[in-house]
Amino acid sequence: MSEAKSLRVAYGEALVELGAANERVVVLDADLAHATMTSLFQAKYPDRFYNFGLAEANMMCAAAGFAHSGLLPFASTFALFGTGRAYEQIRNSVAYVNANVKFGLSHSGLSVGEDGGSHQSVEDIALMRVVPNMTIFVPCDPVETRKAVFAAAEIDGPVYIRVARPVVETITAPDTPFVPGRIVLLREGSDVCILATGLMVKEALKASDALAREGIRAAVADVHTIKPFDSEFVLAAAEKYGRLLTVEEHSVIGGLGSAVAETLAGASAAKFRRLGIRDKFGYSGKPADLFEAFGLTPGHIASECKALVG
Amino acid sequence: MGHDSLDATATRLRRDILKMLYLCQSGHPGGSLSCVEILEGLYYRTMRVDPARPAWEDRDRLVLSKGHACPALYAVLADLGFFPREDLWRLRQVDSHLQGHPDMTKTPGVDVNTGSLGQGLSVAVGLALAAKHKRKDYRVYAVVGDGEVQEGMIWEAAMAASHYKLDNLVVLLDHNGLQIDGPNEEVMGLGDIVAKFSAFGFDCEEVDGHDAEAVAAAAGRRAEGRPRFIRCRTVKGKGVSFMEGAAGWHGKPMNAQEYETAMKELGGGQDV
Repeated sequence: MSEAKSLRVAYGEALVELGAANERVVVLDADLAHATMTSLFQAKYPDRFYNFGLAEANMMCAAAGFAHSGLLPFASTFALFGTGRAYEQIRNSVAYVNANVKFGLSHSGLSVGEDGGSHQSVEDIALMRVVPNMTIFVPCDPVETRKAVFAAAEIDGPVYIRVARPVVETITAPDTPFVPGRIVLLREGSDVCILATGLMVKEALKASDALAREGIRAAVADVHTIKPFDSEFVLAAAEKYGRLLTVEEHSVIGGLGSAVAETLAGASAAKFRRLGIRDKFGYSGKPADLFEAFGLTPGHIASECKALVG
Repeated sequence: MGHDSLDATATRLRRDILKMLYLCQSGHPGGSLSCVEILEGLYYRTMRVDPARPAWEDRDRLVLSKGHACPALYAVLADLGFFPREDLWRLRQVDSHLQGHPDMTKTPGVDVNTGSLGQGLSVAVGLALAAKHKRKDYRVYAVVGDGEVQEGMIWEAAMAASHYKLDNLVVLLDHNGLQIDGPNEEVMGLGDIVAKFSAFGFDCEEVDGHDAEAVAAAAGRRAEGRPRFIRCRTVKGKGVSFMEGAAGWHGKPMNAQEYETAMKELGGGQDV
């Protein structure tokens, strides 16, 4: 339960495991195999691994060619270069035809850390959310990352798996449900519901612990799928708790906060606040220091909850 | 430069292209007319396809990377029987399977969606690499435009094709020398395009792009371990005197008088 592991390592290991079970799986990378950890698959299945060099646009379209040929390509690079540089290739050559391509893109969000703003994708979820046919998974821990990879393989169409770089503790169990498009309630509460995604799920649980010591019971929900979005859960939570907080390591524009706002608009009068990156680029620093600077710590989450409750 | 140099199949295809473009009053005549014999050479003489089985796994693949020339592709596919010829007259209409740019999910015989220039060649690289991966012997033909090779990702694809020794990939350049804003050499000169593909590791050849047999012969050749590049010298708007060599006919609809004149040049009768 408490094994700590980088999500990118979990991603690479899951690909190896999936590759053993499904010989149609091929893995593509753009000279970042040792960062995205597709190198684990490369070592095990060298004949099913294709490096495209520093040419993300070409890789995404070539992945469509593999999918059109009945193979199951997983294409990996950093989140920024996949969703940003190759946006229109994903849009036109992959999603427009619902090509069966999976994108496991790592080094997402501020938690890239020291490499700085040029490498920190704060808008990748927004970019992929507006593309029809796209499914978006944002796993919170190593166990969920593995489930996301296997679930992606079962979906007929493009899937973006947002993979974070840091080593994180496992907070879900192998038998925690992972149904695409279904938010998971990890902790029950009564005063407020925190909807968190990715690395922020663990921070939300810590905030809930702290709030409990002050007599505030904060439910924590793990939003592992951003698209299709579980509006049913959100509307039920709005009804039940009356107070919702979203937390994401992403811009508040276009990500989880937006998805919840779009769901609530005109449908609920629940009190609602968003924590995320407020229309800014990141910069160099240790991930923990950046989370502090951008207001993404358990302390910040707890403060927002208190503001909602008070 | 007259219609008398064109073969009967090419003339038939050109008449269908003009009719469908006239009826929908939009689309791209110039680049469609320039690639007629390229597609004729491939589909009628070189490629292994079966109109009754458009999804046949072992078929050769055609990627019309210059997707805006799809009226030429649609004319060929209808002529070969992939779908009824009458469908052509519904090009670009809201209830038609014939989209403004090729759509593999809607049109039988279209192997890859294109239209956003540069992407088709990269998808073709993926198809050719996947064929190698699956130890299949089908080949992949990509028709690219001359303006299109200004896209940077063409060269990403060219590098990958050579790196992976894709001798099952043939790239055919429809080199008519004109793009929307004018001659290539004024907009963004291609330089010695054959030397460039050669430097990227391609086995290169130049042919008269309006000689379907020459195109077919060049496309049928194979260079062990190397992708092929065929520069097809063509004339934009080929077959219609007032469109030939005129950049203005890249994407302009014909009026009734122009249509009548064009059809007369291609054998008379309007067929509308």
